[in-house]
Amino acid sequence: MTMHTAPDTPETRRPAAISWARTTATAARVLRQLRHDPRSIALMLLVPCVMLFLLRYVFDGDPRTFDNIGASLLGIFPLVTMFLVTSIATLRERTSGTLERLLAMPLGKADLIMGYALAFGTLAIIQSALATGLALWVLGLDVVGSPWLLLVVALLDALLGTALGLFVSAFAASEFQAVQFMPAVIFPQLLLCGLFTPRPNMQPVLEAISNVLPMSYAVDGMNEVLKHTDLTANFVRDAVVVAAVAALVLVLGAATLRRRTA
Amino acid sequence: MMNYSAGPATDQPGTPHEPPDEPPAIRARALTVVRGPRTVLRDLDFSVPPGQITGLLGPSGCGKSTLMRSVVGTQAKVTGTLEVLGRPAGDAALRSRIGYVTQAPSVYDDLTVRQNLEYFAAVLDPGRAAAAHRRTNVTRAITSVALTSHTDALAGNLSGGQRSRVSLAVALLGNPELLVLDEPTVGLDPVLRRDLWNLFHSIADSGTTILVSSHVMDEAERCHRLLLMREGEILADGTPDALRSGDETVEDAFLRLVDEADARRQHGTATSDPAEEAAR
Repeated sequence: MTMHTAPDTPETRRPAAISWARTTATAARVLRQLRHDPRSIALMLLVPCVMLFLLRYVFDGDPRTFDNIGASLLGIFPLVTMFLVTSIATLRERTSGTLERLLAMPLGKADLIMGYALAFGTLAIIQSALATGLALWVLGLDVVGSPWLLLVVALLDALLGTALGLFVSAFAASEFQAVQFMPAVIFPQLLLCGLFTPRPNMQPVLEAISNVLPMSYAVDGMNEVLKHTDLTANFVRDAVVVAAVAALVLVLGAATLRRRTA
Repeated sequence: MMNYSAGPATDQPGTPHEPPDEPPAIRARALTVVRGPRTVLRDLDFSVPPGQITGLLGPSGCGKSTLMRSVVGTQAKVTGTLEVLGRPAGDAALRSRIGYVTQAPSVYDDLTVRQNLEYFAAVLDPGRAAAAHRRTNVTRAITSVALTSHTDALAGNLSGGQRSRVSLAVALLGNPELLVLDEPTVGLDPVLRRDLWNLFHSIADSGTTILVSSHVMDEAERCHRLLLMREGEILADGTPDALRSGDETVEDAFLRLVDEADARRQHGTATSDPAEEAAR
């Protein structure tokens, strides 16, 4: 290089696609931000527990219904919470100018996305562990399979929620709009995922639509664990579908992070 | 290394032509930027000499921020040639060599001053091995913007001027070769403004190039070199002394150049400006 350089500048290199140190630094930063907001943490962790508790006594006379809906909800809560939290958090990152600053620095897009996924994934593990523990051991949710499998599905759902939130935040110009995306993206899946009625009972067109919505597989996966002691082929299929959709949406989300904007 | 005598503000000699052996830090040829239906920057030709403070002056809305975003590589739809530190603007290898301060402070309101800086330092200089080095850099950056007493305050609880200083501190972290500062002194009191300009001068003295925008003309006197902008065009390019004639202030000179440009436009004379020639 023939350029005039400052005395102690490190040798410039092309940044690698993903840097573990930058990813963990980003995750730590996101968690630190949350730590300054204990009310949000409390809401994220406690609301699912309160809902499960409520549901248990709504179906007081019908424990089998609680088993079905409760197991499904263990998959739905992490998805919805992480969707909301991620879409607002990344939207704030976009509107506050910190995203522009970060992308003008040697931070890979993958570092940022994986940092967020790591931070909110950690939170999702805690949330799911609390909700699952409460449902199984306090509220008497009757699950035949291993609770660990429930946790695996919950974690994949959380990842899917993070991915969807990240993707959607690119299309929201304000936090107000971001919140409106929740009914638009989540509610249809909620209606069609088999929570209210088994999917084969739906009108065939709706059933076909539900077959391509990721939340359907999340709920199916939970129900597999509910009814079978061992790892079934269906469970593996459901988990793979949720994970694959999450990965796909994360890639789409990465494409919405542009270094150059108008 | 450039050989400027240390010392703040006052009429720095600032060589009118960059030394022949040092290529410019920024070189633009036929630089044009379109935003939506508007052409924000029109066919700009200029260069920014290394190791000096170049002031980008002009009324708000004249394209200063767009020009700075183009240099940093965050602006879309940039055509023409724009070379920064010998590479095309926006090149990945430039990201660790440029410090950029946006007009609105871009820091995390829900982190403390130190936590903000620690995160950005980790992005610039990742890994456990660099931890000690990062700590020194963070402390130094906080000290240089005079926020030592607010290290553990949440950025969101600071005043506007303090937040913009946190944003500035982030840009100082990595010892950048080029600092791009978009109106860094807006809303600051005179004492702080003077201190920051002294800081900019000591940074420039160590060889860093600074491109700083302002719409306050009295800050022009503190720059080695000026680019006067209006409506997406560069009206004049030169040292503050060269732009002034007689007892004029830079503000007078700017107004005169604007009037001359308007007069030329009314007479329908073509684009290239004699004012720029005159200014040299």
